[in-house]
Amino acid sequence: MKIVVMGCGRVGARVSSILDHNGHDVSVIDVDSRAFRRLSADFGGTTIVGTGIDEDVLRSAGIEKASAFVAVTNGDNRNIMAAQVARLIFNVPEVVVRIYDPVREDTYRRLGLTTVCPTTTISALIMDYVIGAGEPVTSRRVEEG
Amino acid sequence: MYIIVVGGGKVGYYLTKTLLSEGYEVLLIERQADKAELFSEHFGSMVLAGDGAEATTLAAAGAARANVVIAVTGEDEDNLVVCQVAKQKFHVERTIARVNNPKNEQLFRMLGIDVTVSQTNYILHLIEQSIPEHAFVHLLSLRHADFAIVDVSIAEDSPAAHKTIGEIELPKDCIIAAISRASELVIPTPQVNLLPNDDVIAIAHREEEDELREVLVG
Repeated sequence: MKIVVMGCGRVGARVSSILDHNGHDVSVIDVDSRAFRRLSADFGGTTIVGTGIDEDVLRSAGIEKASAFVAVTNGDNRNIMAAQVARLIFNVPEVVVRIYDPVREDTYRRLGLTTVCPTTTISALIMDYVIGAGEPVTSRRVEEG
Repeated sequence: MYIIVVGGGKVGYYLTKTLLSEGYEVLLIERQADKAELFSEHFGSMVLAGDGAEATTLAAAGAARANVVIAVTGEDEDNLVVCQVAKQKFHVERTIARVNNPKNEQLFRMLGIDVTVSQTNYILHLIEQSIPEHAFVHLLSLRHADFAIVDVSIAEDSPAAHKTIGEIELPKDCIIAAISRASELVIPTPQVNLLPNDDVIAIAHREEEDELREVLVG
């Protein structure tokens, strides 16, 4: 399966390395070529220097044939924009986007993106450890304003 | 009318200043606290420090009663998300985004941004209009339909020169709207002859612009 990963930080590098190890055809994009050092030593996929919000960069990463696109840079807005480009321009079947801001995550989940919000997920895990799993803690969102 | 401007760069600063002087109710949102503080000295309480893409900031800015949200930061992704959050969460009627990479104009419109402003395209159009060699100039794209208004100058060797409008085979979704001849307006009836040096204003479907160019310019 052809997979394009945008952002080669800790998460991006790990996801790319594992997918590559499992036999998938992985292209990973990052603006900083030094980020690719995080990939596993035997990484056999493609690395592309550039910004994933540029259609031409996505094309050179093989997005037109991709079955999945993963947006995990440290910028929420960049991830959101790239995910929408992948979904709407290139019709990638599976698009996963990391969004740190829970309110933005909620907005774009409603718009149909597959979102991962580390802030709510990790907070919930920590709360489970701190006050035990018996108490419901994950449902309450921080109110706006 | 209440207008929220996001991004306190040069564009945001002068936009806020001009809108205020024209009597609009304006709020400028700037992410950097020190910059926002500096702007407060100029504009008084019309400045809010915060990230305009965050719903909490927009809520504090009173986005729910804003008529227009204008995102003019230097980053296209930020401008996109500011406008989308304003639209989705606060139902702002009109969102305007500055587009730094001209390729993003079409994408932004697909994603529901009401108006896009690309300085690069704007300057490009101005250059095209001021250079006489360009026989075919794209004046304006119409947002709702995929139509463009174009300006075509008829040269001596144009395939349409000395023909009547009735004789010219225009592409299906094109119409000649006006002819400018020696600064006079000529209403384009089928009997009107096209002459060299005429400026033809036409409305064309985006996909037929090239075909129209063939017919009128050659």
